[in-house]
Amino acid sequence: MQDINVSVAEFLDHHGDEIVDAWQRRTFFAGRTGGDCRAVLNGVAEVVLAGRPEDPTAAGFDAIRDLLGEIAMDRIRRGETAAQTAVTLHDLKPPVVELWTSSRDGDDALPGALRLSTALDTLRLVAMELVGGESADLVEERQQLLELSTPVIRMWDGILAVPLIGTLDSARTQATMEGLLQAIVDQQARVAILDITGVSTVDTAVAQHLLRTVMAARLMGAKCVISGIRPQIAQTMVQLGIDLGDVTTRATLADALAYGLRQIGLVVAAADNH
Amino acid sequence: MSGPVSAQAIHVGSDLDIVRIRKVVREHAVAAGLSLVDQTKLVTAASELARNTLVHGGGGEVTVSTEGDERGTTIRLVFADRGPGIDDVDKALTDGFTTNSALGLGLGGARRLVHEFHIDTEPGRGTTVRIGFHAPNRRGR
Ligand SMILES: Nc1ncnc2c1ncn2[C@@H]1O[C@H](COP(=O)(O)OP(=O)(O)O)[C@@H](O)[C@H]1O
Ligand SMILES: [Mg+2]
Repeated sequence: MQDINVSVAEFLDHHGDEIVDAWQRRTFFAGRTGGDCRAVLNGVAEVVLAGRPEDPTAAGFDAIRDLLGEIAMDRIRRGETAAQTAVTLHDLKPPVVELWTSSRDGDDALPGALRLSTALDTLRLVAMELVGGESADLVEERQQLLELSTPVIRMWDGILAVPLIGTLDSARTQATMEGLLQAIVDQQARVAILDITGVSTVDTAVAQHLLRTVMAARLMGAKCVISGIRPQIAQTMVQLGIDLGDVTTRATLADALAYGLRQIGLVVAAADNH
Repeated sequence: MSGPVSAQAIHVGSDLDIVRIRKVVREHAVAAGLSLVDQTKLVTAASELARNTLVHGGGGEVTVSTEGDERGTTIRLVFADRGPGIDDVDKALTDGFTTNSALGLGLGGARRLVHEFHIDTEPGRGTTVRIGFHAPNRRGR
């Protein structure tokens, strides 16, 4: 009988197109090219062939370590938690193992499935290695470098929200604020919510950004609400001497939404049958 | 326990360095056992002063250290630049005074947020601001 490692590696090679196709539809590879999927698949085939599916330092994994780390970090930078990324990595396993078991019924079905399963578990470790080493602050730092834009979310017809995260006093903030003002125009929004639950420090530079945005939004006919000012931030702002003046604030994003709905003449009520 | 436990010097040349300083100061604050409110106060003061070093001082260096003596633990930060200096320190410390159309609350606000605050400045030679924040284990507070 042919060596099981060779069989599995050959299987991965022969079914490469099918696996790449399945992987491309999985969350982890969202927005990635087939070439990236293929590179990862080749790495997996290599470690299986070498008989080292459990070894994160195997040459096959070395070849794709940077690529995997980059994809994982990118997902986290976009707001996914490390745990969520680990789950999207786990999703890569079923299509491969199912394809293998459905194409085998001999003695090698189980040992082959085990090898594939082990290799994909190790893959997950390799991808998360980089992530584990990076603290939240480093992610924040990279975010600044990359100047990733913060999304403007349409909460309701006429109500927008921007969940601000990390540090705010960079060019990124400027871009975010400009994006919000543009969205106010495009969507004819009446209420804009600036949620700062995810902001760790509000110094005077950040406060000035917030105040300027509120003012500009006001000139455009939209009302701004700042939500998510946490207790330690509130105390610090008071001592710094930051005066939010007549800016509307709400404890939570939900409160701010309720306020916004009222502003546009809507009320949230319990349904009769409840 | 005596003398500096650990000291770190960070160059201030960009926005990103201010992020780094906040991170290092936060680490010292956590290690010294500061409450979340105190951590936030110290990190915010550091952010203000580092930004002044960058914006008004044209860049410089920040040193962060945690010191212990017979009275307890103190986190000390030094912000040094060789910029234009400050002509009138009292005026600069006044809330709302700014030469930069900013809020003008940074210096005065930072002074309110920390326990020790000193400015050494000489027009044309630069500015050094030293602050200290006492950890809760400090006696005689
Ligand atoms: N390191 C520095 N070097 C020179 N001038 C400074 C420095 N720090 C503060 N200043 C002066 O003091 C003023 C007040 O500082 P601050 O209260 O932080 O307000 P802001 O930075 O918003 O202007 C500044 O506008 C600047 O003129
Ligand atoms: Mg300032």
